[in-house]
Amino acid sequence: MADLLTIENLTIRHVGRPLVSDVSLSVAAGERVGLIGESGSGKSLTALAAIGLLPDGMTASGSIRLSDREVIGSADRDVAGLRGTAVATIFQEPLTALDPLMRIGKQIAEAVRRRAHRDGRSVDVQAEVLGLMVRVALPDPARLARAYPHEMSGGQRQRAAIAMALACRPSLLIADEPTTALDVTTQAEVLTLLETLVREENMGLLFISHDLPVVGTAVDRVVVLRAGEMVEQGPIAEVFGRPRHPYTLGLVEAARAFDQAIGAAL
Amino acid sequence: MSDATPAFAPLPRLRLTPAFLIGATLVGLHVVVGLLTLIWTPYDPTAMTGGRLAPPSLAHWAGTDRLGRDLFTEIMIGARIALSVGIGAVAIAAAIGVTVGLLAAFASRAVDDVLAATLDILIAFPTLLLAMLIVAASDGASLGTAILAIGIAASSIVARLTRILARRVLAMDYITAARVSGTGWLGIVRIHVLPNIWPTLIVNFALQFGLAVIAEASLSYLGLGAPPPNASWGRLLQEAQATVYTAPFGAIAPGIALVSLVIGLNLFADGLRDVADPTRRRR
Ligand SMILES: Nc1ncnc2c1ncn2[C@@H]1O[C@H](COP(=O)(O)OP(=O)(O)OP(=O)(O)O)[C@@H](O)[C@H]1O
Ligand SMILES: [Mg+2]
Repeated sequence: MADLLTIENLTIRHVGRPLVSDVSLSVAAGERVGLIGESGSGKSLTALAAIGLLPDGMTASGSIRLSDREVIGSADRDVAGLRGTAVATIFQEPLTALDPLMRIGKQIAEAVRRRAHRDGRSVDVQAEVLGLMVRVALPDPARLARAYPHEMSGGQRQRAAIAMALACRPSLLIADEPTTALDVTTQAEVLTLLETLVREENMGLLFISHDLPVVGTAVDRVVVLRAGEMVEQGPIAEVFGRPRHPYTLGLVEAARAFDQAIGAAL
Repeated sequence: MSDATPAFAPLPRLRLTPAFLIGATLVGLHVVVGLLTLIWTPYDPTAMTGGRLAPPSLAHWAGTDRLGRDLFTEIMIGARIALSVGIGAVAIAAAIGVTVGLLAAFASRAVDDVLAATLDILIAFPTLLLAMLIVAASDGASLGTAILAIGIAASSIVARLTRILARRVLAMDYITAARVSGTGWLGIVRIHVLPNIWPTLIVNFALQFGLAVIAEASLSYLGLGAPPPNASWGRLLQEAQATVYTAPFGAIAPGIALVSLVIGLNLFADGLRDVADPTRRRR
């Protein structure tokens, strides 16, 4: 089966200093891959490079194939054609991921309209927006569609962001710490939602997180980054069951200690 | 806490603060008076209708000038001049400034650096000096040259503000999300950048409007504004200067007109921001 995303020997430099070195990973259709590592380890940069949106002044080398098209070295307009059909993203901080001055319904409608335009379909935008809002379990969609982001809870905002990503009907979804800004209960709800949707749509998922238990429940395979370097990768049970690299071992033990502390407290 | 219960009230209604109402009233008054002069003035602005330098009376609400012309009539016409200068200058500043600012915000690092440095130099240049140069370079002072000069001088400030505001918006995740979903540059400007920067821009435009009114008064005061009979408040102030001790109202009356318009514009500006920015509306 063809991979949706294949990254080979990706190195990202900023004024000569490597921020990410020699990272390789791939995501196939329907596959859920986790990218984990501590803060500043280069997870977000890897994701941005994959969609050809590295910040100014950064250069990428190696190879990134998105839907069998090379991203590195291609003109922005070639990559732009892939965005919105091949891939969509969800970000960590839902408040900055939504336009503060636009009603939620209108933001989702923009995404719906763009996708319909590309497909040359004519759609009932209003109905599709409400349908998407129902799918991401936003309460009272007709009313919430008229709300501004600051009038919604964090969980609702993230659900809205997921609805916008869904509207693009991408084959690959990149979620950059989509639950980090949420409290534990909401986190679990949003994770379950993401998981269900990814399975139903048979999307590929690149799930970025620094939170081990979160990644463990959401993905099949995992890639561990540390200081821009790949220290380990493999199926989730293997990596977490028998961590080979001391860094991964440290992560696993920290998570276990946390679980025990919680258990003792209960 | 579950997010199953929507925690927001029905959309808030616009808040009309007293400051906004006062500002709108002051500006509205000037607009009405300015428009009225197109069809009616109490006296012929060029006719000698009373004694020279007469104090305010029922016949001449603001007294008369040194040629015996009705000062209130001249002040009314001054309102029209001030408003046309403000509208013209802000339109020019907005057209040039927003375009250049957006280009700089979207440009590559190198182009942006050059544009930013140029803007900084232009901004360091005093508005009045720049305006004087432009008026001097054209063949004679007119209302048009004053508008053009003030508009160009103000455009650098608008450009720099636009650039900063647009950059801040462009750094947001929702821009990346929009780009990921395939929105082009023009779409991003139209859908996200302009709506997000316009609340701040509109406030700045209103402030620039006030500054343009003052700049035009200053130019006229220096004899570089529109020639009579369409005299601006600046010219009235200048003419009143020689007789300010014997007939102080000749300076006070146009002064009140000028200050009330500028204050009105500033109050109006703040109110506009609240109207344009839903995150600032109170529930
Ligand atoms: N625009 C930028 N300019 C220069 N350096 C940057 C820029 N963005 C990120 N970096 C650097 O690149 C490194 C990796 O950043 P990245 O955002 O990928 O980390 P991350 O793994 O996503 O961390 P987090 O979990 O905190 O989101 C960091 O050391 C950061 O300082
Ligand atoms: Mg990150």
